[in-house]
Amino acid sequence: MMTETVLEFLALMLSASLINNVVLSQFLGLCPFLGVSKRIDTALGMGGACIFVMTLSSLVCSTIYWFVLKPFDLGYLQTIVFILVVAMLVQFVEMILKKYIVSLYKALGVYLPLITTNCAVLGVALTNVTNNYTIEGSTVCGFSTAAGFTIAIVILAGLREKMEYNDIPESFKGMPIVLLTSGLMAIAFTGFSALK
Amino acid sequence: MSEEVKKGALGLVQDSPAERFFNGLIAENPTLVLMIGMCPTLAVTSSAMNGLGMGLATTFVLALSNAVIAALRKIIPATVRIPSFIVVIASFVTIVQLLMQAYFPALNKALGVYIPLIVVNCIIFGRAEAYASKHGIVPSFYDGVGMGIGFTCAITVIGLFRELIGAGTAFNIQILGIGSVIPGTIGAYLAKYQPVSIFVQQAGAFFVLAFLIAFMNKVKANSAKKKKEAK
Repeated sequence: MMTETVLEFLALMLSASLINNVVLSQFLGLCPFLGVSKRIDTALGMGGACIFVMTLSSLVCSTIYWFVLKPFDLGYLQTIVFILVVAMLVQFVEMILKKYIVSLYKALGVYLPLITTNCAVLGVALTNVTNNYTIEGSTVCGFSTAAGFTIAIVILAGLREKMEYNDIPESFKGMPIVLLTSGLMAIAFTGFSALK
Repeated sequence: MSEEVKKGALGLVQDSPAERFFNGLIAENPTLVLMIGMCPTLAVTSSAMNGLGMGLATTFVLALSNAVIAALRKIIPATVRIPSFIVVIASFVTIVQLLMQAYFPALNKALGVYIPLIVVNCIIFGRAEAYASKHGIVPSFYDGVGMGIGFTCAITVIGLFRELIGAGTAFNIQILGIGSVIPGTIGAYLAKYQPVSIFVQQAGAFFVLAFLIAFMNKVKANSAKKKKEAK
């Protein structure tokens, strides 16, 4: 386990949110990205739920890895353990919010169960381990990755709201035009790689 | 044998191995017809080899997890079936991961995080829920094989297309552009090709899939039109 400096944290945040954007450059979490991006407010809800769950799951998965899996040489169990942790965590968070923070539950409610199927959550937990990030580093990475997801999905939703009034060829309606838009966004996001 | 035999895909006997195989390959191709499992489709199709590797790894997990889930379908209570399926699938994914690390280290490195992410591939979960939890071991196994091969074919072809246009290679063999392996005048002509590198980049994945789906939409619209006219 290596320790990161503040500067490294900043670099990590920039890299995880913009340069290696989770959807546009790593293709993780495409299902919610394409599915829940029709309107800006639902996109924001999804983004918020993602930030919440991904930060928390990165923290929990990384803690389990460094304190349980690593000392007992059980690294090969990480896929099984992480997916179960993520699935349980989502259920748990939903229950807690429903009971204690009703306003947040109402805002995020419908999006929470959808997150279990978001491969970005598991993806980030696994990348943290592969890159040997500390527990703090993993949490920061989880948060910034989710922030990058939110940025991308909100931009796409904004574009889709405008696109509703456009005259699109019949066979490009729906999925194809959304994919083309995402492709153009991916080109724009490659510009961030100059920040490295 | 007086009872009527149910006909499945392509007029084959429903739930027979061959019917299941062709159902997955053609009639209900997961990528091209059902359009599920889009994340790996976009992520690993930058070359034909990556597509093939990912497809075969997924096929392995899909066939075996389907068989195991079918075998356990009467033991697993309905209320905890989702976590149970996840554990079965994740175990096979771990096996694939270890096998690839041992025997195909280069491919394993190229596919990276997408190998463990087979766990959350909706094709696998979808087949477990929709088919394996309701049918016997043998048809479930072949269902997995058919779906897996259908997925493999689709992503290998997309990978081949992107690799050929984007880098001028097919399975890492230079076909188009400078250094073409094809001899003679055709080779000299092909060597003039300038690879369009955007096709192997991330944006290219979105564009290729967009045009593929638009094409499928057009085909569907045309066949629906023909049916209407026939009436």
